[in-house]
Amino acid sequence: MSTLGPVDYALLIADLSIEVCALVILLKKRALSQHFTFVLFLCASIAVGIGRYYVLAADGFTSNTYLYFYFFSDALLIICLYFVLMSLYMHVFSDMNVGKLVRAGAVLLLAGTALISYYTVASSSDRLVTKFVMEMSQNLYFVGVVLTYVLWGAMMKLRENRSRVMQLVLSMGVYFSAFAGSFALGNLYPDLVIWRYVSHLMVTWLPISWAYTFIKVTEDARMATSRVVAPTQ
Amino acid sequence: MIGPFVATAIIAVSPLAFLQFFAWYCHSLIAKSREVGLSESAREISGVTRRTVRGDQFIRLRQLIALFPEPGGDIYKLRAVSIYFGMLGFIHDQLSRAFPAAAKWIELERSGCAYAAAVVLDGRMTYSRTLISRQLVS
Repeated sequence: MSTLGPVDYALLIADLSIEVCALVILLKKRALSQHFTFVLFLCASIAVGIGRYYVLAADGFTSNTYLYFYFFSDALLIICLYFVLMSLYMHVFSDMNVGKLVRAGAVLLLAGTALISYYTVASSSDRLVTKFVMEMSQNLYFVGVVLTYVLWGAMMKLRENRSRVMQLVLSMGVYFSAFAGSFALGNLYPDLVIWRYVSHLMVTWLPISWAYTFIKVTEDARMATSRVVAPTQ
Repeated sequence: MIGPFVATAIIAVSPLAFLQFFAWYCHSLIAKSREVGLSESAREISGVTRRTVRGDQFIRLRQLIALFPEPGGDIYKLRAVSIYFGMLGFIHDQLSRAFPAAAKWIELERSGCAYAAAVVLDGRMTYSRTLISRQLVS
């Protein structure tokens, strides 16, 4: 059983406290009604963080229990992030009444990615459940990147000018792309030690950026997408 | 065979996507700063002409910012813009000789970063003045 060092504990506690602070800020800014999925993700992330801490303390970093718990809880968090992304789609397309289409598309994409991941792992020699979940997480993050690109493209086309929605979508793009790359690296080189620390730092990105957006960017703030895409022109 | 191929493809694409989204995100922070006008004293310190600040002023502005107390909330923006500024510096070192046009674009981007830093400095100067006047009153 491998135990954690002081750096690991400090990072775990930092992650948790940042998430709790972000949750408090979002609740104070009355995001529960309009941005319920954001609050849901933060609650799930806090619960997963506490769960991981207990599993780590009981079984150690290299135990199978922690490995299973880590990847299954991560898959759960990505599904929550999909809900966040879908809620952003709903915000952007709110005038078009395409809520049902967005929901159906999201379910189809989730199922499709899970199937492709299953097929990928089933065709390889080591048919491990953890391998499947890791493969699925990596693919889901990448599908998240693609979906965020599509959403950003639609926002530019529709001349969406709500600053808050813009910053939330872009922060999701940063998060998805960072994790897709990191998971793919972890998949190819599972023994990379740096991955263990970098992922902790990346986890803090979403709560910090959301808290900043909800504090500093008001609901009625407006900005042209052209100023974000090509500010120097 | 598919697994490693997919992972390699994702490794190739995701850093580019990350850079693109991060740049856009920083642009949105800088664009918000551009909406704020600078006070006379901040203009004087940062060497502002109209609405531009030279990119090479960024590091000096960061040093000045560190001298003032933080009013809260601006450190996150400053960190994000500083990372972006560092990335631009790295790209400048690698590409400016091969692509002179890139150097011009990078300077414009760094100028945006410097303007955002000038706005932060201005906010901190105002906050310090408020603190001092409060102390004097009490």
